[in-house]
Amino acid sequence: MFDFLEGYDVLGAFWMTVKLTALSAVGSLIWGTLLAAMRVSPVPLMRGFGTTYVNIVRNIPLTVIIVFTSLGLADIFGVTMGAADNFDVQGFRLAVLGFIAYTAAFVCEAIRSGINTVPLGQAEAARAIGLNFAQTLRLIVLPQAFRSVIGPLANVLIALTKNTTVAAAIGVAEAATLMKTMIENEAQTLAIGAVFAFGFLVLTLPTGLLLGWLAKRLAVKR
Amino acid sequence: MSSVLYDTPGPRAKRRNIILSIVFTVLLALLLWWVWQKMDDKNQLEWSLWEPFTTSEAWTTYLLPGLGDTLKAAAISMLIALPLGAVFGIARMSDHAWVRGVAGTVVEFFRAIPVLLLMLFANEFYVRYSDVSSEQRPLYAVVTGLVLYNASVLAEIVRAGILSLPRGQTEAAYAVGLRKGQTMTSVLLPQAVTAMLPAIVSQLVVIVKDTALGGVMLGFTELLNSRSTLAANYANVIPSFIVVGIIYIILNFLLTSFASWLEQRLRRSKKSTGAVLGEDTVEVNPAAVGGTFGTGGEGGGPSGFTFNDKPPR
Amino acid sequence: MKLRKVTAASAAVLALALSATACGGDSKDDSSGSGSSGGGKIKIGIKYDQPGLGLKEPDGSFSGFDVDVATYVAKQLGYEPNQIEFVETKSADRENALARGDVKLIAATYSINDERKKKVDFAGPYLLAHQDLLVKKDSKISEATDLNGEKLCSVTGSTSAQNVKDDFAPKAQLKQNSGYSECIAALQSGAVDAVTTDDSILAGFAAQDKYKGQFKLAGLKLSNENYGIGVKKGDTATLNKVNAALEKMVSDGSWQKAVDDNFGPAGYKNEPAPKVGVIVK
Repeated sequence: MFDFLEGYDVLGAFWMTVKLTALSAVGSLIWGTLLAAMRVSPVPLMRGFGTTYVNIVRNIPLTVIIVFTSLGLADIFGVTMGAADNFDVQGFRLAVLGFIAYTAAFVCEAIRSGINTVPLGQAEAARAIGLNFAQTLRLIVLPQAFRSVIGPLANVLIALTKNTTVAAAIGVAEAATLMKTMIENEAQTLAIGAVFAFGFLVLTLPTGLLLGWLAKRLAVKR
Repeated sequence: MSSVLYDTPGPRAKRRNIILSIVFTVLLALLLWWVWQKMDDKNQLEWSLWEPFTTSEAWTTYLLPGLGDTLKAAAISMLIALPLGAVFGIARMSDHAWVRGVAGTVVEFFRAIPVLLLMLFANEFYVRYSDVSSEQRPLYAVVTGLVLYNASVLAEIVRAGILSLPRGQTEAAYAVGLRKGQTMTSVLLPQAVTAMLPAIVSQLVVIVKDTALGGVMLGFTELLNSRSTLAANYANVIPSFIVVGIIYIILNFLLTSFASWLEQRLRRSKKSTGAVLGEDTVEVNPAAVGGTFGTGGEGGGPSGFTFNDKPPR
Repeated sequence: MKLRKVTAASAAVLALALSATACGGDSKDDSSGSGSSGGGKIKIGIKYDQPGLGLKEPDGSFSGFDVDVATYVAKQLGYEPNQIEFVETKSADRENALARGDVKLIAATYSINDERKKKVDFAGPYLLAHQDLLVKKDSKISEATDLNGEKLCSVTGSTSAQNVKDDFAPKAQLKQNSGYSECIAALQSGAVDAVTTDDSILAGFAAQDKYKGQFKLAGLKLSNENYGIGVKKGDTATLNKVNAALEKMVSDGSWQKAVDDNFGPAGYKNEPAPKVGVIVK
């Protein structure tokens, strides 16, 4: 029944999807948190930068960003991510860079909304005992903010998992690339579609359930 | 709210802020200088590469038709996805378990599948099992993918909007003798729509952005694809990317501005319509709706935040 | 009871929505399908993004050798230039577009091979091209084997790059871009060392104002590409007419003129006009 899978590395393709997702998730969490910190910081210039970044990146299609990393950054600007001689590695790293740049804007907004859920008294108390901005943010506000935005961040992560298919546009050998090849070569269009749909269900549904459970467990009781 | 995080700067803090500003400016300037330098190195600043965009031909022959196709695909998808989403959203709240089950499965399934896979699959499906002409097929495939995905997201927005209304609304409607259908159409939906509209409009941004997928993967002649035909003529890869990026930003900026304008208008008019959307029911507010459900495909993340800073509770 | 009505209503709306989309599909088809079956117009598939062969010009007109050949052939079939509707046919779509009758003819750097002959009939060939490499003017690459360890660019899904890797330079690094213009831009910036595809296509890009004098063809003749005009499988009447038109085009000098017009500026040394029906393996 699953003859059509022969000769195709479906698991390998999904492993690539997972790697893309994991690296991009870590990167965008870091960059997104930094952006969020900038957006609430006392320095007007940083606030301006954070706002501008988020508003620009969020309004550009991810496809444009990903294609640009390959045709623009790599080919014209010469940003080869330390892999000038190996286009497979280069494409992978460029895609991760693109996903981080894009997803961070959404992470930033989620975290910023989480910061807003922390009661005023918390920040006021922190200031009262003499903590400065960085300390207030790092020790008091962000830990509580993170716990309240696990839900939204889980949605960002799920969206990111699905978004990694866009890397197919620059030829990264992940799930969508393989599916395109397979449905062009094999007759069982429906079966192939089902296999890949199943693969993504396996990736996204548990993520949603697990993080949903985590969000409930870690929610700040008020 | 953010000002709560730090004290009103005193003399020392002011000095520190100024120093930080300067450091940040220098870093930013260095980055920009590097970009400029690189572009100059690679001759990307030559006027001959940018000049085409000052001619009307570049626009009328390549960019505007591409933009037209982008808007066409987005508009058709929205027109089909909206009613479909409303139907599925309401069906998920049906009292019949099988209707709930079917609608729920369909919605959850299509929300979990990348929209690109849906498009690729639809494309191949049309090749084999339909007689859509090969010119029209990319449009069909793009619209199919967008409709399946966005109808599911919209279904969740509709459902969240209706569920977030206070129970008293339904109870009061029953108390005055309205039937279920009447309750839905004349009490619940009008109020929910008010709360959902901004989230729905922001979903349009996601749809507009997602059309670009069809350009690269299916050869749909939308804006991003017409960029490459343009670049084949003028040999200007980078400038064309920058111009197309700016077009997308302006387009989506207009849409998000419209969404926040709409939201403010609806907020203001709420008192007059008597809708009960107090602080306790913040979930109704589109940020929460978007934040909880609008995974927004390409839009990634909580699209609701696009225009709302209110936290999900 | 009451709810049943809502459910029924929603089911009806859903059914309507679904059937509406389905109907939309059907009616669209009919209208576009009729375009190919006559009405004084002929639809011809070409490329839009290959200078020298098939290019959509800024003023909306089309230029290139394929376009000139298609225009001449259409004239012999009884269609004036203003009756021709040029349609973009991407490489992957060509067989399908002919089989479905979306286009009557395809002249889009369409190489004749056995695989394709199973699905479509070919008139011609009307041009003999070769796979070649485009390199920078001062490049040391002169043989295909020089590509080992070098960076090679071609278009996603094209066979030419794979040929080079399989037959000549297994250690070449392969970059796949979405179009040839992107490959050429990468070649200019030094991101890749060579671009490979048919010499006719490469010559067209190298002759663009922006790139003039920067690149050269390695002149390797790595393969023989016999460009034919694709016709729907089994449409022998059209096939014969197109073949006659191509023969006439060569004999009355129009072929040479089209070659001079399109390839002259590129300095592309084309092969002499191929004989119709003679495929150079």
